Amino acid sequence: MSFLQSLTQRDRVFDFMAPQASPVDVRHGPILYMEDVTVSFDGFKAINNLNLTINDGELRCIIGPNGAGKTTMMDIITGKTRPTSGSVWFGSRHNLLHMNEPDIASLGIGRKFQKPTVFEALSVFENLELAMAADKRIFPTLTARMTGEIKDRIDDVLETIGLTALRHQPAGILSHGQKQWLEIGMLLMQRPRLLLVDEPVAGMTEQEMERTAELLTGLAGKQSVVVVEHDMGFVRSIARQVTVLHQGSVLAEGTMDQVSSDPKVIEVYLGADDEEAA
Amino acid sequence: MSLTTESSTNFWLTRPFSERSTQIFLGVLLAALALVTLLHVAVPPDNPLHVGAYTVNLFGKYLSYALLAVAVDLVWGYLGILSLGHGAFFAIGGYAMGMYLMRQIGDRGTYGHPVLPDFMVFLNWDSLPWFWHGFDMAWFAFAMVLLAPGLLALVFGFLAFRSRVTGVYLSIITQALTFALMLAFFRNEMGFGGNNGLTDFREIVGFDLRSDATRLGLFLATGVALALGYILCRAIVTSKLGRVSVATRDAEARTRFLGYRVERFQLFVFVVSAMLAGLAGALYVPQVGIINPSEFSPIFSIEIVLWVALGGRATLYGAVIGAILVNYAKTIFTGVMPDAWLFALGAMFVLVTVFLPKGVAGLFRYLKRRKREEQTTDPDHQHTSKEASA
Repeated sequence: MSFLQSLTQRDRVFDFMAPQASPVDVRHGPILYMEDVTVSFDGFKAINNLNLTINDGELRCIIGPNGAGKTTMMDIITGKTRPTSGSVWFGSRHNLLHMNEPDIASLGIGRKFQKPTVFEALSVFENLELAMAADKRIFPTLTARMTGEIKDRIDDVLETIGLTALRHQPAGILSHGQKQWLEIGMLLMQRPRLLLVDEPVAGMTEQEMERTAELLTGLAGKQSVVVVEHDMGFVRSIARQVTVLHQGSVLAEGTMDQVSSDPKVIEVYLGADDEEAA
Repeated sequence: MSLTTESSTNFWLTRPFSERSTQIFLGVLLAALALVTLLHVAVPPDNPLHVGAYTVNLFGKYLSYALLAVAVDLVWGYLGILSLGHGAFFAIGGYAMGMYLMRQIGDRGTYGHPVLPDFMVFLNWDSLPWFWHGFDMAWFAFAMVLLAPGLLALVFGFLAFRSRVTGVYLSIITQALTFALMLAFFRNEMGFGGNNGLTDFREIVGFDLRSDATRLGLFLATGVALALGYILCRAIVTSKLGRVSVATRDAEARTRFLGYRVERFQLFVFVVSAMLAGLAGALYVPQVGIINPSEFSPIFSIEIVLWVALGGRATLYGAVIGAILVNYAKTIFTGVMPDAWLFALGAMFVLVTVFLPKGVAGLFRYLKRRKREEQTTDPDHQHTSKEASA
């Protein structure tokens, strides 16, 4: 009987009839909400009672010493790691702990990995094409057509990331910085609501860093962006809100000036950084 | 590759026809088919240019191997799955065809039983095993040629890809698969004729298998199957799905992260490839007149991979070149020095790996690129090529 009923719900039976727009509900507050999240690997707590909220359209920087749990936190949000306890919500409708990686990705959470991984054998254009938000099941992918609309969209992103001239080159020949931008471009093609960017400027030259800062600040507002970064100069240049992680939980939160004058933060992180700089 | 991405011809199955490499491939293949047919039919047998029925038959065998190599290149070259067990799908397609041909013998077998094939009478079986039913009908048997290997690939691939088995582990499992099947098919109790396999075929859909005309027909049918299989594979690799496959090959985790269910794409391509291999086997069997468990042998599956490697991986036409070259060399060598063949194969493989790491197809590409570079250094051409790329 319930099967028959399900057949009458036409928009549920046929996936393609379901609305395509991102169903994330942010009317009641933040786009990402993590509460009391704990992850332990054999007793070691990589994340320890972490509470974090990201608002819609916000650009947030996450800093913290090595082993503070930054990467693990991203793994949890993207479904790669399951927390031992706690809850993670995307908008007020989606419990991310009940979803797998592809579902979370198609919901609108994009992640840029620390090491740029682009598809080296494919051209820059094709890399962006594959990343595009689209029906990613087998037959729609097999019969997918290249329309003017899609081409325009890819051209737009090529423009944003500054790789228009290299569109037909295989991604394998790009420089390190260019690969990072291509990765960010691939994220943008997914029309994400939330971008997770892991160490975007590691190994970049000064000019590349500036270009990346422009790119990321340009994205905020349209998307929520979470940046994990070690380079304090870079964080200072883009950050409005900074969260400091330490031993798997939040140590301090606020503007860059607020956190950098926080004695606890100075002790665990910035102090160490100053010593390194000295 | 990028040019096809943005080309305006957009229906996936017709996309290969706008590619230059496919046009050349199909042109050469059709010309070769026409030439062989002409030399066989129109040139009198005493003329040195005459192509005899034996040679036509031999070429037909090469073409079925070429189709098998295309199937392997599809999964290895574009999906990164090194299957060392594709001989299994080839053999199963062959057995499906063999079962049909056995049922066609009818009561003309040595024992004259109206239904049971000779080997079953010999084993004192009194009725047909359940899986032999239906194979007296051509449509059913021909459907099984595709469905039986497809089903095996579906079940095997589902389990392997779902558990995210990749790389050498997957290669080893495919090898084990074909080895296990070989052992099983060797057993008389399996009902596939044991180590003798299926043979003594007489006719296929009413045509006498021993007549020259039927041999020519089978040769041409194999050529057409190769052309269609090639077009299908090309259509797949030039589609967005093909680019997802390449992405999976190079960075599987990253592809999964873009929202593609990688294991389903792998399964789809694997099943298509297995069905093509089955079709190749089905065309092979009536031309050689026998199918036995040796087609399941791991060595044969490894040899297929060698053909593809020699011809050039991830080009499809390279697989065809490799399969034909190696098998032609094999025919010559086993005629001249039968014992030296494996050494020759090994030497060929070493030489190609050292001097032509991308196979024979890689040589073509290199020459083409050099020609283009020569053109661009020429100032007159430089201008036009810039315009073309803009």
